[in-house]
Amino acid sequence: MSEMHAPAAEKNRAAEIEAAAAEWLQRRSFWNWTAEDEAALEAWLAQSLAHRIAFWRLNAGFSRTDRLAALRPLQGTAEARRGSFSALAKFAAAFAMIAALGLGASLYVLQPRERTYTTGIGGHETIAFSDGTRIELNTDTVLSTRMTTRERMVWLKKGEAFFQVRHDPAHPFIVMAGNRRITDLGTKFSVHRDGARLEVAVVAGRVRFSPADGANDLQSALLTPGDVAVATPSSLMVTKKSTSDIANELGWRKGLLVFRHVALAAAIAEFNRYNTTKLVVADPAAAQMKIYGVFRADNVEDFTALAHMVLGLHVAHEGNTILLSR
Amino acid sequence: MTERSDTGRDNAEPSRSGAGVNASQLEAWFVREILPLEAELMQFLHHNWRNKSDITDLRQDIYERVCEAALEKIPDQPKAFLFRTARNLLVDRVRREHVVPFEAVADLDALGLVIEAANPERTAIARDELRRLQAALDRLPPRSRQAIVLGRIEGLAGHEIARRMGISESTVSIHLANGIRALVDILYGDPADVRRKP
Repeated sequence: MSEMHAPAAEKNRAAEIEAAAAEWLQRRSFWNWTAEDEAALEAWLAQSLAHRIAFWRLNAGFSRTDRLAALRPLQGTAEARRGSFSALAKFAAAFAMIAALGLGASLYVLQPRERTYTTGIGGHETIAFSDGTRIELNTDTVLSTRMTTRERMVWLKKGEAFFQVRHDPAHPFIVMAGNRRITDLGTKFSVHRDGARLEVAVVAGRVRFSPADGANDLQSALLTPGDVAVATPSSLMVTKKSTSDIANELGWRKGLLVFRHVALAAAIAEFNRYNTTKLVVADPAAAQMKIYGVFRADNVEDFTALAHMVLGLHVAHEGNTILLSR
Repeated sequence: MTERSDTGRDNAEPSRSGAGVNASQLEAWFVREILPLEAELMQFLHHNWRNKSDITDLRQDIYERVCEAALEKIPDQPKAFLFRTARNLLVDRVRREHVVPFEAVADLDALGLVIEAANPERTAIARDELRRLQAALDRLPPRSRQAIVLGRIEGLAGHEIARRMGISESTVSIHLANGIRALVDILYGDPADVRRKP
């Protein structure tokens, strides 16, 4: 069968131009870029419409990958934001290294017997204990610990924390939250306390959910992976969620908010937990629009830009609030 | 890269008078109206052209014709205009070169259907953007992927990428350039075809 060929001189012309455009673009994106470089690029672009089109195309496509920065690990940006590499981050790095080397995580951190840990809005801290237990504090959280040779007690005063507990039957690990007691039975789980509402989600292992002393008329429950318990001071409801749903809810551990068909109003409430700039949605119809995406918890701008582009919402800044409307 | 979200969307068409489209207006129009059609265009070209090694050239030629015309006057119906241009170009090629097998153009008359096909809902595409980007990344050749990840996600500069990967700076440049081309092909073009080889 005969085939068709472009004339030799023209053959692969587009591929050559595209390669040159890609070379310009990678140089501009990743290397030292001077005024002379800019002038040279301008000259190359001015040579032909073909050059410009190839460059526009690659540049437009590659700009879309800006959003990949959302996947950046939190540690690096937290460092930049705070302007100092905290001892905590160094510890986390050392921990990761030792874990990676398979030497076992027998790290010892001197912990006072009783301590209170606090994060501000947008904060995120990890506490590592000498027994291998780790607690991650989410935004706007207050948590006290009492670690002794006999017991391991934690009080969640407000906010949200993720627990990875090294199980030890002789030294039970107990989280107190209001009139509830959460006892670890070898586990990874999160506890979120928002006013009178308490939510416990189990990722691995088992957790016993029971009334605190003196509240014995309340229900108890044994929670297994995928279980989400929602409690008020007088009620308890347990539902099952998929592991991916729970993983999404724990996106904050990576500095991310993950929304899968979540109403705009709920997504905004999540953002407002992490930011001092508060989002407000004006009309009820817009509040019901569904969001699907992954966002950096601390990047309200990205979110509002997308709300504008994708949902077609109007974005108005008023002091410390951002008003979204149709 | 400066005007992606707003220009031309909230405002009226850039060239009401029909003349004087400047370069940045043309770029904005091209990125906004034409590039999102690339997947369909590539599908059309693959469907209607036998020699796959010509396709990048054909795409580029079509874009050039479209942009040249747009410099005079921005077309009212970009999609119809793009595919009409594509069809004309293929027909020209077929006439110019006698060796073309007849089947190569057999489907050209089906083009009307392609043009009438429903516009893909851009909202849905944008919503899934991050997921698409990740999927695209996953399909890059390993070394290009690593260079792009270090540069884009970890935010390293070229010389840092070179140090991290233990390769020369010029090799990093090649991996980055190849990675950019393959990524853009995946993002705009035929999503099932990664044809770039370093």
